[in-house]
Amino acid sequence: MLDMKNDKSTRRTVLATTSLGVAGMAFPSEGNPASAANSAFVPTSATPLPGIMVVLKVNGTEHRLTLDPRVTLLDAMREHLHLTGSKKGCDHGQCGACTMIVEGRRLISCLTLAVMHDGEAITTIEGLGEPGRLHPMQAEFLRHDGFQCGYCTPGQICSAVAMLNEIEQGIPSHVTEDMEHVAFSDTEVRERMSGNLCRCAAYPNIIAAIRAVHEGAKA
Amino acid sequence: MKAFTYERVASPRAAAEAVRRNPGAKFIAGGTNLLDLMKLQIEVPTHLIDVNHVGLDTIEATPEGGLRIGALVRNTDLAADRRVRRDYAVLSRAIVAGASAQLRNRATTAGNLLQRSRCSYFYDTTKPCNKRAPGSGCSAIGGFSRNLAVIGVSDACISQHPSDMSVAMRLLDATIETVMPDGASRSIAIDGFHTLPGDTPHVETVLQPGEFITGVVLPKPLGGKHVYRKVRDRASYAFATVSVAAVITGDRARFAFGGVATRPWRVTEAETRYGDGAQAVADTALQGATPTRENAFKIPLLQRTLAAVISDIKA
Repeated sequence: MLDMKNDKSTRRTVLATTSLGVAGMAFPSEGNPASAANSAFVPTSATPLPGIMVVLKVNGTEHRLTLDPRVTLLDAMREHLHLTGSKKGCDHGQCGACTMIVEGRRLISCLTLAVMHDGEAITTIEGLGEPGRLHPMQAEFLRHDGFQCGYCTPGQICSAVAMLNEIEQGIPSHVTEDMEHVAFSDTEVRERMSGNLCRCAAYPNIIAAIRAVHEGAKA
Repeated sequence: MKAFTYERVASPRAAAEAVRRNPGAKFIAGGTNLLDLMKLQIEVPTHLIDVNHVGLDTIEATPEGGLRIGALVRNTDLAADRRVRRDYAVLSRAIVAGASAQLRNRATTAGNLLQRSRCSYFYDTTKPCNKRAPGSGCSAIGGFSRNLAVIGVSDACISQHPSDMSVAMRLLDATIETVMPDGASRSIAIDGFHTLPGDTPHVETVLQPGEFITGVVLPKPLGGKHVYRKVRDRASYAFATVSVAAVITGDRARFAFGGVATRPWRVTEAETRYGDGAQAVADTALQGATPTRENAFKIPLLQRTLAAVISDIKA
């Protein structure tokens, strides 16, 4: 067992080292042990396909990337820009852990290609706030204990921030009774956040955190 | 994902030309269904034509008093449009009953019409499926079929059509406008757009290879009361077990059904039985149904849902 304090390893470097080690053992003759692994874990710039140049404005900074067209927006963030706050849960648009805000709207970043977002402004959890300068939604998730394991949390928070804007803009939902009048309620929040699953079932606290941000914005 | 080449096009004409140059191409707009299937290698296009920048993203009034909805209008924007909410509420209601907000923010009007099957055997590449691999057989017949269709089925396929939006479009008699790779355009009435599986379940619409949807036209508003009632296994973010779209104006009614059939299901003859009550309407709409043992419950469930919809509207 590695001593995390002494060798300055982070959970991430330990995981990366371990997975490469395992792949190396399984494919001792391969020059690049990662080449046999799932594409999601492999930098795709070494592909024989021609890369496509794309400019992504991520959290206020322009990044120029040359990408295999297969790279999803999620993988571009995680594997190419090393913004690992956005999580890969199911990779099939079912869990919401990869939710980002693109051009002001929340989307599922695992079901869209990075090359489809040339020139667009992208906000990930890293762009909402940081320690000491938290976004109100991050602060309220902490205060209300809106998580347990934390894996779904970056997606929940990005989703919740954009969701409050959708209510503000009068976009109706399945539970909106009068389609002409859209207003905040816990029922609306539950419906509108249904695309973000939490296996720890922190839902009551997530709703409390979102309600607090909504009430804070009104005050 | 299998490797593919990628290009962006700036006009419907350019999209049509791009597909003519690349026979293995597919259009990509929202990508919420296509990329999911590409990751599983159920869809394996060799070239993607990104049509997100062709325009066609507005909703405009038609001289006939209806609306022309651009193919690229996102589901969120279509459901939220003031005119749609007021005059075609059944369409707004159907859209917000489907998927999650994140998916509706990306999914497009044309893409929703072209949603592919959610049958678990279509998704399971280790099992035969005539829709995915024509001629390989249907694993759903005799397999796990609780969610699948009870009517419009064939010996080759019992997959249910997954789209809520398309059920409302069918109810409203929408027309789909397209452009062909040779530049010719045509209009397709929605009742002739989605095909029954027959012995070619891999063919799901009458679109020709490379034919590009430019928009959907709604006729002038019907007035009346609009309802979309969706019954599913959880309260949100699930496909329909059964759904009922209804517009009722005085003693006249229109009904379309989701979750029960291989395409959005509407039987106009059933609507003439409205005066005889929900049971008569449902019996006529589902005449000839051939449910499996697992999904036979959908028939009484649809009857009861329809009865609830009618009694709510009358209340």
